[in-house]
Order: sequence, then C-alpha cells, then structure tokens
Amino acid sequence: MEAPVPKQPLRIALLGNPNCGKTALFNLLTGSRQKVANYAGVTVERKEGVFRTTAGRQVSVLDLPGAYSLNALSGDEAVTRDVITGHSQEVLPDLLVCVVDATNLRLHLRLVLEARRLGLPLVVALNKMDRARQLGIHIDTSRLARELNLYVTETVSVHTHGADTLRELLDENLPSTGPSTWRESGIEQVIATQHDVLRIFQSVVTEPAIDKDPSDRMDRFLMHPVWGFAVLAVVLFLTFMAVFSGGAVLSGIIEEGFGAVAGLVEAHMDEGLLRGLLVEGIIGGVGGVIVFLPQILILFLFILALESSGYLPRAAFLLDRPMSAAGLSGRSFIPLLSSFACAIPGIMATRTISHWRDRLTTILIAPLMACSARIPVYTLLVAALFPDDAVSAALVMVGLYILGIVAAMTVAWVIKSTDKDHARSPLMMELPAYQWPDVRSLVIGLWERAMIFLRRVGTIILAITIVMWALYTIPSPRRTADGAPVERSLAGELGHALHHVFAPIGFNEQISFALVPGMAAREVVVSALGTAYAMQGDEGEVDEQLRERITNEWPLATKLSLLLWMVFAPQCLSTFAVVKRETGSWKQMWIMGGYLFALAYLASFITYQLTTVLTAS
Amino acid sequence: MEQENMGAIGLDRLPEDQWATVSDVTVPTDATDRGLVLRLLELGFVPGERVRVVREGRTVREPLAVRVGHTTFALRRHEAAFIRVIPAE
Repeated sequence: MEAPVPKQPLRIALLGNPNCGKTALFNLLTGSRQKVANYAGVTVERKEGVFRTTAGRQVSVLDLPGAYSLNALSGDEAVTRDVITGHSQEVLPDLLVCVVDATNLRLHLRLVLEARRLGLPLVVALNKMDRARQLGIHIDTSRLARELNLYVTETVSVHTHGADTLRELLDENLPSTGPSTWRESGIEQVIATQHDVLRIFQSVVTEPAIDKDPSDRMDRFLMHPVWGFAVLAVVLFLTFMAVFSGGAVLSGIIEEGFGAVAGLVEAHMDEGLLRGLLVEGIIGGVGGVIVFLPQILILFLFILALESSGYLPRAAFLLDRPMSAAGLSGRSFIPLLSSFACAIPGIMATRTISHWRDRLTTILIAPLMACSARIPVYTLLVAALFPDDAVSAALVMVGLYILGIVAAMTVAWVIKSTDKDHARSPLMMELPAYQWPDVRSLVIGLWERAMIFLRRVGTIILAITIVMWALYTIPSPRRTADGAPVERSLAGELGHALHHVFAPIGFNEQISFALVPGMAAREVVVSALGTAYAMQGDEGEVDEQLRERITNEWPLATKLSLLLWMVFAPQCLSTFAVVKRETGSWKQMWIMGGYLFALAYLASFITYQLTTVLTAS
Repeated sequence: MEQENMGAIGLDRLPEDQWATVSDVTVPTDATDRGLVLRLLELGFVPGERVRVVREGRTVREPLAVRVGHTTFALRRHEAAFIRVIPAE
C-alpha cells in the first residue's frame, strides 16, 4: 500500500438494460450501506450507496433505472438519460459502469456502444458470468475489451466475491473516451450500431444454438391459454393465503408483545396523563399499526420473488387481453399487484409504463386495490357483521377485494372512453429468462420495505396518534347557553361538526371523527375508533371490545356503509403526495382525491339508505 | 432495406412455434410508430436475426411472445407487423 489513497470519493453510476442483474450487483457492492428511499419524501427517486475499492478508496454509487436505450421511451429511461447526459440536477458521475448480462450480450452490447459516445470514463461489467458458463456460452473477455477499447471485468452478482475484480479495477486511473458525441439516434444510426454489435458479438462469443433454450418450453406451458391461467390462479391464491394465514400468526405475536409492554407500563407507573399517553396513545396506536408489518412483508416477499424469477412478466402477458377490455395493458399488472400491499410502491412502479394515458390511468386506480392498511378495518367490520359465521366473513372479505378490482377496471374503462386518443397502447415488454431469485436482493428489498414502513410508523403515525389522544383528552372550551361547560372533548366537537356531512351515509360522531386521522393514514382508523369509544387496554382487548360494541350498537346499514366507504375513500396523505410527485400535477392529485371521495360517498349513501329502508320494512 | 424480399410476411402473420429470419423492417411515417420501430431495432429485431412466436393470445392472436436471440418479448400485433420475416423451410 505505497500509493496514498486518494481522499476524493469516486462517484460512479450503474447503467444497464432492465434484467441485467444491475440491482443485484448494486446490492452486492453496497450491502446495507444504501440510502433507503422514503416514499413520503419528495426528492427520493434514486438509489445510492457507498462501498470501498480494494485499495480503500471510497466510492459512492448510483443505481440508475434500467434502460434499453438512451432514446428514452419511458419515464424511467428519461431519468437515466438525463443523469448521464448532464441534463439533470445530479452531478455528472465520474465513471459509468455499464452492466451487461453475459448470457444475453447480443441485446445488451448495444447500450455499451451507445454509452461509449457519452465521453465519460466507462467500464463494462460482464455480469452473470456463472450462468453464462452453465449455459455453455464462452466469451473471450480480453478480445471484447480490445474490440470495445474499454475495460471489461467479469462479475457474478449472486456470489459474495463476485464483484472483487470490479472493486480492484476502480483503483485504476480510468481514461475518458473523448468528447461526447452522443445525440438521439435515428433509424440509420441504430442499424449501423446493430451491425457493429453483431460483428463484435460474433467475434467474441461462442454459444450453443438458441433452439435448445429450455426457457421456451416453460413459456409454452406458463403462457398457455388454459394452463397458464390455471397456474396464475394458483400462484395468486397461494400468495394471498400466505398473507392472511402467515400474517395472522406473526401479527398475533407482535400484538402480544405490545400488550405485554403496555402491561409493564401500567404496572410500574402511577395513573395519570403521562401513563394515559403512553399506554392508550403511543403503545396502543403504534402497536395497532405495526401488527400489519408481517402481512405487508409477506406480500412483498412473493412479489419480489415472482418478479425476479421472471414469472410476473409472463403473468402480465396472460392478463394483457383481459385488461385491454378495460383500456389497460398487461404492463399495468405489476404496479396494480404491488398496490395490494401499498399503493405507493405500486404508483412508483408505473414508471416502466411508457404510454402516458396508461400510466396515468394506472396511477389513478391504484388506490382502489385493497391495500394492506385496509385489512384491519375490513376484518373488524366483517367480524361484527358475521360474529358466528367464519365462512360468510371470508367470502365477504374476498368480495371486498373483488369490488375494488371491478371498480378500478370500471374507472379505467370510463377514462378510456372519454379519451379522444384511441391509439393502442404499446406493449413491447421483455419476458426475461427464468432464474432463481437472488436471496441477498430479496432480503435487502424486504428490509427496505420494512424500514419505509417503520419510519412511517415512527413519524406520521406516531404524530397522528399523539394528536388524536390529545384531542380526546383536552375538554372542549365551549360552554352551553347557561354557561356550563359542554361535556365533550375537542375530538367530540370535531366529530359533532363532521357528523353533519356524514349523517346521510349513516356515520355516527365516533366514526366521523375516526375518519379524520384515517385520512392521514388508513391504518389508524381502528385505533381511532377505539379511542373514540374511550376504551382502555391493549390492542387485542380494544379490538374485542370494539367488535362487541359495533356488533350490538351500530345498525346494519352503518356497518355496510362504512365497509363500502373503506373500499373507495381516498385515504392516506402519502398516496396524495406520491401521485402529485409522479404525475407532476396538482390537478391529477385532486382528480384522484375527488373521484374517490365522490365514489365513496355515493356508494355509502346508496348502501345506507337502501339498507335502512329494507331493514325497516 | 428497400429491396423486395420474396416470400416475406409480417411477423404478426408468422404461425406459432415456427422459426423465421427477419428480412427487413417497415419504416412508418407516423412519429409514434417510428419511435416504436426504432425501439424494435434496438431490441434486436434487425435483418438476419432468427425469430419465433413462442405463444400468442388465444382469440385475437394478441399479444405475441416473440423469441429473438436470448430474449423473449411480448409484442402487439400492430408492433410485430412492422417486422418482415421469411419463414424457415
């Protein structure tokens, strides 16, 4: 170690086609040293991490969104193009690492040739080399480096030491490739580049005939018009089974944990305001939200695993036809599926949809997918509707999910019908080779989701919980006509005022108030109702008491009305924020909020009035 | 790409599970379609490449899952029609 380590950290960016294993490589390089995206924030559209080279130089690395080309077609690709051509607020990276899939050089090499025109120092990471060897693909790496006149290094992003050669290479002083000559290419240039690609490819790669590829046989089965749908139905069924049964077990454990903590606090503190805040406010409120973490994580585990295995794009292929009836394409499938966990990552996933109307429609209907934050309210109300009938309860639960989907498809259809532009939306979707999901990337992906969720709990939800508790504890300053104080808390006053709006759909004062914090985060509706009925005790007990009161005190019409409200109502400020950010438009955000509110109010109104009439007779 | 290719058909008309070779690509005048064709070329649908329709949607033959090189792409018939292919014997 004679040479002094340069103090200046190196700023690099990973560039590559979708499915080149870029994110797995990013995860291998940086491990847990990543900046975790916070969906509630406004600026985070990027994944950045740090690592050290072999000689100890610090490197900060940006994981650019996957792009087939710098002639951007999708929002994702435009971000990538702008960052590396210096048209964004990002500092231009010192070095580009172009990640290519060694098993698919024919496709991925073109981006290298295009990126070479940018003039930035450029290194090629030949990724998935292990897989290439298994498939009998031989690549003459040194010849490739000569042909490209670039450094080429082999990487295996699923092995612990798979990026060591890249780490070593980054200590070299890497020359730039000259002044930038990049501009958007026309058809002639694209064909000329493809000729170069083919020439280089043929001179460095020897591989078995592609007819032997086993992927095709799997595709013929998994995209079969009958068997394909059967497999998809089973996969979705198992996913949601795991979410509900596995989630319930783990949630039970968390619930007991919070109950025990609440018990400890109660045993060791004197009765008073502070204890009230801790037990009812913080432990009850926060605990009531954290219990959904297992369900969210299980759903994401399935989505991440199915996506990285290559199955989800096949499912999107199968669903393209059915979804086109509603004016959507198969490309909307993955964002909508993610929305069952949470609309926010779902809305962010729409960035891969190149067609703007399709993308906007998908964003607008994503909140109708029954996200995991609705599960507790659904569970509570359905249990109150069918106290002794588990089968009916389960069927109604399924019905609520289906109602959301049907409503979403109807809204999409309406948007399509009112749009003058009837051009067919493009599909052009890669169905990547099947592969086993990379365990490291799964773990990091889940960790990220968990942290985003917990941060949300620690900030927004904790704050709401405390404010709610305070509103219930502080008595109303208002006095009646004869000067006596009204026997109401501030919360009671608010509920009383809102009751005027919600009485036509059958909501009492307690519900009306609980909807206010519910606007900020759906998850807190149950604990808000609990607080509204001023119940003491830990999470489990509150649920129990609440269920009893709802079963006995609310008319059937109110129960049904609130259920419908939960299906449609715009709730959760983070969704509003992400819609604003992703569409770049306040107008679209208000359209989403407005139509959901109208839909919810209308559905609840009809349900309440109709049920009231029917039950009266 | 101007010369006539005897026996060339649009990729959208290639029967399922049959190999073919790309002969040329139709360059449309419409700007959006030109963008599509540009991307098809970038994805590897260039003259000389071997392609095959692995699967297609049942009723209206849409979408098409087309294998080119080591990759499979889901395409609309509209998109596939720009690619002219000569079916293998």
